[in-house]
Amino acid sequence: MHVARRFLPPLLSGALFGGGLSIGGMTDPARVRGFLNLFGAWDPTLAFVMGGAVIVMAIAWRLQARMARPLFGERFALPDRTDLDGKLIAGSSLFGIGWGIAGLCPGPAVASLALAPAAVLPFLAAMLVGMAAARLIPEGRRALAPQGS
Amino acid sequence: MSDLFAHAQPLHGLVGGVMIGLAAALMLLGAGRIAGVSGITARATGLADSGMSRSSAWMFLIGLPLGALLAAALTGAGQAEFGSWPMLVVAGLLVGIGTRMGSGCTSGHGVCGVSRLSQRSMIATATFMAAGIATVAFTNLAGAV
Repeated sequence: MHVARRFLPPLLSGALFGGGLSIGGMTDPARVRGFLNLFGAWDPTLAFVMGGAVIVMAIAWRLQARMARPLFGERFALPDRTDLDGKLIAGSSLFGIGWGIAGLCPGPAVASLALAPAAVLPFLAAMLVGMAAARLIPEGRRALAPQGS
Repeated sequence: MSDLFAHAQPLHGLVGGVMIGLAAALMLLGAGRIAGVSGITARATGLADSGMSRSSAWMFLIGLPLGALLAAALTGAGQAEFGSWPMLVVAGLLVGIGTRMGSGCTSGHGVCGVSRLSQRSMIATATFMAAGIATVAFTNLAGAV
């Protein structure tokens, strides 16, 4: 029971997420690039994906505000940063360029492992290298992460 | 008008979006965490030192392709086309560095953060959307992709 309580929510969340990505067309790079092709043959489908997801999550945030603790956990552990820094802008810009080139972002890339593994493996391998490289970029005022593993 | 959005699938998009929203809501209300795929991937692979437990991160990542496979089987979705592998490697590197530097991607900032009205997430989302739109416009012009 304890194991099920611990492992089932993230597994179900991931599966529901992956199913939504597939049905919404996010696992099709041509559709993603079609959405970003604002100055060409624009495909608005992904606006509906983001809209649907944001509306459901806006309701979830309202529920969260009334809860003392999550249903299957001890406490909420949520981002609390409010500062705006150059890393946020620079990082988001680099991400957007990569997203535009391939029509892939992390969720659809991982989800596509079941649909087109040979195609997404180079992307995912490079993504992990990029993530590791990002650890070397200093934070500025404070260290990026405590040194450990 | 119908010709303009010939390939649009608004209903599929909305259904998929609601499913993604429910998935993120389950993570938030069930586990008390943000369903940000870049952060969860970094956590699972040991490239992030904080976040959910590594076992939970792996469970989420295993669920993603399982759900996509099931949905594709049910809807009979065709095989998508991906670019050449050198192009995918370049894009993957940019996405990896960018999502860690920018603390999130389409799911964490675009869905979870925007719906929370987080100023950081709204700025990040506007930035990566603008960069993506500019990149697609540029590659279309250059005929590179």
